[in-house]
Amino acid sequence: MVSTKKDPVLAVLSLSGGNDGLNTVIPRNSGLYRDFRPTLGIPEDQIIPINDELGFHPAMGPLKKFWDQGKLAIFLGIGYATPSYSHFRSMDIWHTCEPEIIGTEGWLGRAIKDFDPSGENVLTGVNFGRGLPRALVKDGVPVASVGNLETYGLLTGIDGESQRNEALDVFGRMYSPAVGRGAVLDYIHRTGTDALKGADILATAPDNYTSTVEYSNTAVGQYMKNIAQTHLAGFGTRVLYTTSPYNSFDTHANQGQLHSGLWSDVSNTVENFFDDLHEHDAADNVTLFMFTEFGRRVSDNGSGTDHGASGIAFAVGDHVKGGVYGEYPSLEPTQQEDGGNLKSSMDFRQVYTSILEDWLHLDASPIIGGKFEPVKFF
Amino acid sequence: MADQDVALMAHLLRRAGFGASRDEIEAKATQGYDATVQALLHPDDQPGVEDDLIMRYQPSYHEAAAIENNVQSWLYRMINSPRQLQEKVALFWHMIFCAGHSKIDSGQEMGIMIQMFRDHGMGSFRDLLLQLSLSPGMMYYLDNSESHKANLNENYGRELLELFSLGVGMDEAFNYSEDDVKVCARAFTGWNVAPAYPPFPYGRSPWEFRFDPADHDDSEKTFLGETGNWDGSDIIDIVCKQPATARFLARHMYNYFVADEPQIPAWRLTPPRDEAAIKMLEKTYFDSGYNIGAMLEVLFTSDFFKSEDVRYAKVKSPAEVVAGTLRLVGDHREIMPGLFEISQEPKYMGMDLMNPPTVEGWHTGREWIDSGTLVERINFASDYLGNTEMPGIKDIVNRLAAMGGSLTPADFVDGCLDLVGPLLVGNDTREELTAHAQKSGELSHGSDAERAEFTRRTGEMLQMIAATAEFQFG
Repeated sequence: MVSTKKDPVLAVLSLSGGNDGLNTVIPRNSGLYRDFRPTLGIPEDQIIPINDELGFHPAMGPLKKFWDQGKLAIFLGIGYATPSYSHFRSMDIWHTCEPEIIGTEGWLGRAIKDFDPSGENVLTGVNFGRGLPRALVKDGVPVASVGNLETYGLLTGIDGESQRNEALDVFGRMYSPAVGRGAVLDYIHRTGTDALKGADILATAPDNYTSTVEYSNTAVGQYMKNIAQTHLAGFGTRVLYTTSPYNSFDTHANQGQLHSGLWSDVSNTVENFFDDLHEHDAADNVTLFMFTEFGRRVSDNGSGTDHGASGIAFAVGDHVKGGVYGEYPSLEPTQQEDGGNLKSSMDFRQVYTSILEDWLHLDASPIIGGKFEPVKFF
Repeated sequence: MADQDVALMAHLLRRAGFGASRDEIEAKATQGYDATVQALLHPDDQPGVEDDLIMRYQPSYHEAAAIENNVQSWLYRMINSPRQLQEKVALFWHMIFCAGHSKIDSGQEMGIMIQMFRDHGMGSFRDLLLQLSLSPGMMYYLDNSESHKANLNENYGRELLELFSLGVGMDEAFNYSEDDVKVCARAFTGWNVAPAYPPFPYGRSPWEFRFDPADHDDSEKTFLGETGNWDGSDIIDIVCKQPATARFLARHMYNYFVADEPQIPAWRLTPPRDEAAIKMLEKTYFDSGYNIGAMLEVLFTSDFFKSEDVRYAKVKSPAEVVAGTLRLVGDHREIMPGLFEISQEPKYMGMDLMNPPTVEGWHTGREWIDSGTLVERINFASDYLGNTEMPGIKDIVNRLAAMGGSLTPADFVDGCLDLVGPLLVGNDTREELTAHAQKSGELSHGSDAERAEFTRRTGEMLQMIAATAEFQFG
């Protein structure tokens, strides 16, 4: 268990679309890697070495710095038994920890409930992006979902600050908690009041923020900036979540160029994010977790890669014990499953267990639905 | 035209469709209530959406593989189909016979399933259940493709009884036993799809239903007390005869078209809100030989449906919020760019169309609302209602102006509430809106400057109305 000066915070960046693990953390001495990746294999002299066997994609230079500082954990062969090759189903499994049945509650929704059982702080969990990822869904857990922090709020379409403020005053009075309008109307009034409260507080975050760090203008860059702004504002937020949107890691075609661009953006953004937190002496209590719903097919298809099974995940932070965790799945054709996919060697819930118990100080098994051997990386 | 005719017609068009502009409400009210119900119930007698124009301007909708195109094409039809009830019924079945893209992994199969609901959704319930059981998407979604004579998978067998026809129970009793579930699953063995999935190594091609006699359990079975060598279609015949199926359909229709009921798992123990209405629908089910259209005709022409007690007694689904707003303001009434972004909106509001969260479907009623989805609903609707360039909003401004040369704040608020519904709001809500309007005094529209201010204030008032709790109901 790690101790931090302030309450520990988890930031999550979901690399949606299925990141190609094989070209992210590359088994650089493997002849089979060369055989299976005739088009997309990264030339040996461009790979950034991690150790004698593994290396980073050339666009991941900034992440290498965290590796060198011992602040980057790399999880190899991460996944679950009987993989789903559907983006949405596999993402749901990562979100709900329910590979067998279709679950409706998210692991982080449950964690937020444990932090704040009565929902007193409407900002205990905040998502950046439109629509709430299943990971954050739980009955009775208010989670703000912010498309753009600069403009987030209610009635944002009203022109003119004074007109909008007046409209918000009317809104506040119309929704003021009262009982006796009927159960459903009373509930909507309470929810509207919560939403207004959350929006009012969040709106102050960009105003009080100054930094020398300039984030990239991409969705990932801006959402990670919003996460930093919200963390620095000190609202008591414990879970901050965002997604690289549009399933962007789904590189069926033209992967060479796309994957470089994606990792260049993510790596630079992670560096910016921690620089920003350090500049404000606010990195001590933040761990960033990055995952994807699955890896990709071992063989390239001449231009890209198709949906595969096990993949790579990362954790970054001052309290993370840097290292490579787990084993690289074998590329031997006889060891591949379901027509050419890597077999997972680590269950994602082993990593969740560590995050929940060692970092967030919560009881993991009710949240993830069982006991899993934790991967000790704090 | 009497105001109550307009209010009733607006209610019908919200429930049997996705709402309408005031012009359309008035035109339908002139044609008469019963004539409008008949037109809604007979989509084949009405023009459909103009498929040739869609093919010309939006060929990407045709047999599209991508889920986004299929969702977009469906939203286009919700907004524009003159056969409004057909689309509303397709959504009704999609919310009961849940199958989702997250597992099926093919937008095209989802599009095919929704088209099946359009084609069969108002006919015989027996035919519909049979079509559902022949639907490759459903056979795959509920693992019937993994159910074999020697190795039974009960998923479809169970959900057919629990979620698609009988329901768990009624009047506190249970409707079927665990043995019935197993027998039902046995009867459907051999009902399979081809080609197999995952589609390695050749990639995806459309599915077809395939019956495999060698994998079908043809032995004798006893199902709900009847014994024979039943196959899937025999099971459907037996299911359709059950009073529980009539109850199940009647309650679903009431919940969807009339007023929010408790969530479905509570139905075994919780009596219906309106027992007489349910009895009337159950009787029609049997009298008509399981005909869904006949049940809908009874429903829409009944006193319980027309009653003022059930107006705005339903929380709008996200699809209703989005399609209804566009129909009110008159946007995307023809093929134009920008519908992709709008077709994502129901998802932001908690309803990922063609991808329900589970086979149990979306939780409806108040469960549509949480602090995230409420912000999305309010901002979407208020952005549109405040846009005074929209044809439907221009019409509202003109109609308000026609009420008189000068409007008191109270008349102005009442006029706005009337023209977006007529929407019924609580006294406290009306007082807040009126107090706000009073701050800027009476409204005139004689000069250009006055007209501009009149228009601005109308847009602002409509934005605030779209933000009310009452606007969340339909």
